[in-house]
Amino acid sequence: MDLRDQRGIETEVYQPAEDSELLAEAACGYLDKHGRDGPEATILEVGTGSGYVANRVADETAARVIASDLNPHAVRQARTEGVETVRADLVSPFADDTFDAVLFNPPYLPTEPENEWDDWMEHALSGGEDGRAVIDRFLASVGRVLAPDGVVYLLVSSLTGVDEVVERAGEEGFSAVAIADESFPFETLTVLELHC
Amino acid sequence: MKESLLDILRCPLDKHELELEDATYDESADGDSDDSNGEDAAEVVDGTLVCAECGERYPVEDGIPNLLPPDMREESPA
Repeated sequence: MDLRDQRGIETEVYQPAEDSELLAEAACGYLDKHGRDGPEATILEVGTGSGYVANRVADETAARVIASDLNPHAVRQARTEGVETVRADLVSPFADDTFDAVLFNPPYLPTEPENEWDDWMEHALSGGEDGRAVIDRFLASVGRVLAPDGVVYLLVSSLTGVDEVVERAGEEGFSAVAIADESFPFETLTVLELHC
Repeated sequence: MKESLLDILRCPLDKHELELEDATYDESADGDSDDSNGEDAAEVVDGTLVCAECGERYPVEDGIPNLLPPDMREESPA
């Protein structure tokens, strides 16, 4: 990989950070606890970015892990990490009742329209004016691809509003339980487990 | 992409099944990466996925299927 490609990855693909780590850690622990980590399990990570979380789950479980992202640079990077990747808009190209678990560390920063900067990193970070634009679309569509008894692991920030996300998830027919959280100077990160 | 991925991929527009056309395979890929044998482990490097219902075509390039709807398929972020 030459320097230009390297720079492209740094500026166009969200790289693993505290939120990625928290989601990977929580999901791996709970997949294990609920027996969704066997070789017959199929797990999807939406918005995989660098592929870090999907790779952790693939390493720590026997499940088949699929990773998707809208960003062409992200799916290329994730694939070089060894993850099966699909370029996709959220869960739209996947079959009904397919996944035992779906993981998502969404773009969640509240962003004023005049501050949207319109490149791939903006898509990775910005959740629109209330921070929930992408989360709401995800919650409206993810139920279709979940297997019976399937679960969602969703990372939510206090900047986005955990209560609001839980309420919206409820409107889409999910009950939510917080399974992990971690506080930082500017936000608290929470991993929600959603059940149908 | 592994050929077995076809089992869970659908047309993003109408959710119908996809058929693989014009596939080229990576002959070296199914050695150490997968413990299963046969065509399920076959790695598709390039090809086209075609919706059995609406006929929309989705490219597979460098092993990655691009299943964005046609109006979202450009490389630019907007």
